[in-house]
Amino acid sequence: MEFAELIKTPRVDNVVLHRPFYPAVEGTLCLTGHHLILSSRQDNTEELWLLHSNIDAIDKRFVGPLGTIIIKCKDFRIIQLDIPGMEECLNIASSIEALSTLDSITLMYPFFYRPMFEVIEDGWHSFLPEQEFELYSSATSEWRLSYVNKEFAVCPSYPPIVIVPKYIDDEALRKVAMFRHGGRFPVLSYYHKKNGMVIMRSGQPLTGTNGRRCKEDEKLINATLRPGKRGYIIDTRSLNVAQQARAKGGGFEQEAHYPQWRRIHKSIERYHILQESLIKLVEACNDQTHNMDRWLGRLEASNWLTHIKEILTTACLAAQCIDREGASILIHGTEGTDSTLQVTSLAQIILEPRSRTIRGFEALIEREWLQAGHPFQQRCAQSAYCNSKQKWESPVFLLFLDCVWQILRQFPCSFEFNENFLIMLFEHAYASQFGTFLGNNESERCKLKLQQKTMSLWSWVNRPSELRKFTNPLFEANNLVIWPSVAPQSLQLWEGIFLRWNRSSKYLDEAYEEMVNIIEYNKELQAKVNVLRRQLAELETEDGTQESP
Amino acid sequence: MEHIRTPKVENVCLVDRISSKKAALGTLYLTATHVIFVENAADTRKETWILHSQISTIEKQATTATGSPLLIRCKNFQLLQLIIPQERDCHDVYISLIRLARPVKYEELYCFSFNPKLDKEEREQGWMLIDLGEEYKRMGLPNNYWQLSDVNRDYRVCDSYPTELYVPKSATAHIIVGSSKFRSRRRFPALSYYYKDNHASICRSSQPLSGFSARCLEDEQMLQAIRKANPGSDFIYVVDTRPKLNAMANRAAGKGYENEDNYSNIKFQFIGIENIHVMRSSLQKMLEVCELKSPSMSDFLWGLENSGWLRHIKAIMDAGIFIAKAVSEEGASVLVHCSDGWDRTAQACSVAGLLLDPHYRTLRGFMVLIEKDWISFGHKFNHRYGNLDGDPKEISPVIDQFIECVWQLMEQFPCAFEFNERFLIHIQHHIYSCQFGNFLCNSQKERQELKIQERTYSLWAHLWKNRADYMNPLFRADHSQTPGTLCLPSTPFNFMYKFWNGMYNRFEKGLQPRQSVTDYLMAVKEETQQLEEELEALEERLEKMQKIQLNHTKVKSKQSEPSKHSGFSTSDNSTANTPQDYSGNMKSFPSRSPSQGDEDSALILTQDNLKSSDPDLSANSDQESGVEDLSCRSPSGGECAPSEDSGKDRDSDEAVFLTA
Repeated sequence: MEFAELIKTPRVDNVVLHRPFYPAVEGTLCLTGHHLILSSRQDNTEELWLLHSNIDAIDKRFVGPLGTIIIKCKDFRIIQLDIPGMEECLNIASSIEALSTLDSITLMYPFFYRPMFEVIEDGWHSFLPEQEFELYSSATSEWRLSYVNKEFAVCPSYPPIVIVPKYIDDEALRKVAMFRHGGRFPVLSYYHKKNGMVIMRSGQPLTGTNGRRCKEDEKLINATLRPGKRGYIIDTRSLNVAQQARAKGGGFEQEAHYPQWRRIHKSIERYHILQESLIKLVEACNDQTHNMDRWLGRLEASNWLTHIKEILTTACLAAQCIDREGASILIHGTEGTDSTLQVTSLAQIILEPRSRTIRGFEALIEREWLQAGHPFQQRCAQSAYCNSKQKWESPVFLLFLDCVWQILRQFPCSFEFNENFLIMLFEHAYASQFGTFLGNNESERCKLKLQQKTMSLWSWVNRPSELRKFTNPLFEANNLVIWPSVAPQSLQLWEGIFLRWNRSSKYLDEAYEEMVNIIEYNKELQAKVNVLRRQLAELETEDGTQESP
Repeated sequence: MEHIRTPKVENVCLVDRISSKKAALGTLYLTATHVIFVENAADTRKETWILHSQISTIEKQATTATGSPLLIRCKNFQLLQLIIPQERDCHDVYISLIRLARPVKYEELYCFSFNPKLDKEEREQGWMLIDLGEEYKRMGLPNNYWQLSDVNRDYRVCDSYPTELYVPKSATAHIIVGSSKFRSRRRFPALSYYYKDNHASICRSSQPLSGFSARCLEDEQMLQAIRKANPGSDFIYVVDTRPKLNAMANRAAGKGYENEDNYSNIKFQFIGIENIHVMRSSLQKMLEVCELKSPSMSDFLWGLENSGWLRHIKAIMDAGIFIAKAVSEEGASVLVHCSDGWDRTAQACSVAGLLLDPHYRTLRGFMVLIEKDWISFGHKFNHRYGNLDGDPKEISPVIDQFIECVWQLMEQFPCAFEFNERFLIHIQHHIYSCQFGNFLCNSQKERQELKIQERTYSLWAHLWKNRADYMNPLFRADHSQTPGTLCLPSTPFNFMYKFWNGMYNRFEKGLQPRQSVTDYLMAVKEETQQLEEELEALEERLEKMQKIQLNHTKVKSKQSEPSKHSGFSTSDNSTANTPQDYSGNMKSFPSRSPSQGDEDSALILTQDNLKSSDPDLSANSDQESGVEDLSCRSPSGGECAPSEDSGKDRDSDEAVFLTA
């Protein structure tokens, strides 16, 4: 297919762009296969480059010959284009609609994007499972790397390499996979070096209504416990939901068959419930007519913060089991690709100082989201303005980022990255020039040959010039476990994401700059003082040698 | 002392509000000024001090097997739950506190016994720190249009006004007195703020006694005089800060509002700020939400909305914004009033002043603002904040709301204020503490009669002395947010106003951010200053050395000692390192009642001793903030990396999580 077929009118003059807090810009609108570009002929005005894949929905309306297109983006921004000429406007609108909903992944921008920067480190090789495992293998010999899923035959949504208990062989893993939803047998998610406790994750056991059992599954799960130790299975569904799952062949672990384990049910929502929550929240944030009371009411009615609280609470509970109770945990919901990953990754943020660094956080996303098979392609296909009620669209990853932001807000000095880093990840998960978030799992990414055909997000982010923007000036390495408060008073709306386009951030940006200045100046002085101290010490020693021969 | 039925009760249990596991056993003492709880735990002996004047309500609850619970709610939002083993003791404590918390004479208040060990001269200097005469001079007064009037000498015209007032030059004593007779409590229009840049002014008064048709020539002349004092504008705004309905109802009582037909060139405007009774009950509702035990997100947001608190804050801000815009953008003078002109008027005028004038956003300027718009103009501190036993219907969080407006603005303009959140919290505390004389009584006249300045100390001097604690590290005198008017969006967004966790949950340390950016930056700045000094000293020494070296002309290179890198260690403390209760009411995960996990998390104000000048430096002496060790770091320190589990109470949490 040629993009040209979809672009009936590639260029319109005298288009006016309206954005909140910016003066209107008049210029020429151009459509390319992947971008909507508006440039004014003045040199100093900013051009607008918008990826078609960032467009969530469009509205059009006409007043006489003047057409208006309102573009609603996946990053929640809303812009308006006034286009002279009804025909041009219609053409542009239909092109945008077609180009923003391309079916084939290989037509997406990452396959066409040619980076203008020099690649210092290829992000595709930055976080290899073998390297990640090395971090553990120095501390424990109870776990091993398994290549059982090399051809994605055992579990299509797992990566080729997973970490499993040392004494469970690949044959047993194959059997366990048959007993777990989507073949997602229990694998290691996190090893707590302090006390050797672990977080494992999996899909639900396929017990069904007749209480099917799997010897290998029981053996595997028990093999992860040290003698005399106990563990917790955290089911991210309510008991009710878990029970209902049995009718569809799913289910949960019977404690009788896993005697050293206790099951805890938490209730984290999934799918369209989260999507609807996001839609309501963004709607409330965009509505500026209501009074104070209705604002709080609508914030409440969206339930967004309720979801945040629930996810954070479960993650804290998991971390508490590990660090305080000295108990290992297994986490799963139904598939083990959504709420499960929210919990395992947030628990690591709480427990593991490394995951609060930039590289550590990237590794966490690579491990616990991309490799672990969170279906980004499906979940992030649409955002807050979508009309289609598809079950698989859901802001699971955004909720995770929001939870990280909540912890960051409570521990502003304990993270190496800042809020912008989280916002950047949100943007790229929904629309990007990089291939990192394409596909639903490693198997799909392999087939798409993303490593050969697209650029990794990490190749770009980890360049010093980019990293500077994402580094938290307040960061001081903190080796402790950090326990956030999950009380409603302590949780806030993430303004940086949800009010980003609805309020001017000028004063807040200035404050951030001032903060950076204060710290940079301090460091500068520190360096100067050190140099002088050294010089002085040199002179003094020389003096000393002179005066006392 | 005669009111203390029992000075000491042993084996009292102080219940942690969030975590019932965290109860502390100790001894309760009643003194003439404080309730003191001293924990038995030998290693800490933690003390909790509560000033009697901070006590808002005392509630005796039904006796249980463990003893008699006593709930003490404080005006600074602290909540204390005690369990006293003997019902009799509990009753005695209750009866004593009821009396102690409600003094009947000013002489019983703490400020008359509080002695910070300053000599007479220091005390007098303290009272001179804030000088309103100087403030009016700063505004550029007197000038061709405004003059200092002595019409209220000896409080002859209005007993709730100060004696020194600025009025338009053309307003003769006859006009002023005539106007005062047409205004509630004779609070005639007088100058609150003069905007040098364009001669516009903010004046304040009480409502006119207009009823349905009454007029007063002198009052009309008075408003005209105000208009003429501003040659740049041919009209003035009259802002009635009440809801229109309330103002209309007042007409039936012979009061009311200005009829535009009777006054030449006025533009009349209502801004609906509710009255003190609505505000009192709104705060009450919001505090009930804060008191909920492990509320859900919906409980909290719904309760917050239902309290209407933030809506009221917005109304006050709207009034201030309207006035500030009229003055700065339209160049029009504004007369502000409500009913008596001492509550909503004070709020609106001071918010407007804060928006208009950067001086009021400095530490000293903010004290001036409160001194001017609240203290001097007869805001009824005694009645509103219940310093002496009085009519509970007079109590209302009027200045609390103003203080919150300032915080809301600080959130919007982080670099525009010289002071920080702690400054606001401490002012709020002292409005209720009665430790200093500033906020005593209902008017300047009463304070003078009581000889407050001779018998008590000034809070302003105390705050000024400790100003290092109150600085906003992001404030810079030359910053772009600093000068001029603070420009809020013309349609203020509702989400601009947020729940002030740092104030209303200030004693629930577990609910606060565990690391403070402000404290961190303040420590950095302090270190920077030391570095600057050291740098200078080093340069000087180096220069000297080099001169000597030149004489010697001997060159030798030697390895220098490796320079130490100093980093900031924000060591996380026990709070950070202790989990809360995350299991909620999980059936399959029994064990814990809702608990916070941390012993200190309901941190009740601890005080070193009675003489400590500030009983509430919870933030300063705070061991919970996550960066507590910053202030004592030397520039070359930095090797004290926090070790895993350095939290002192780590073990206390072991096995709390799982009892089954």
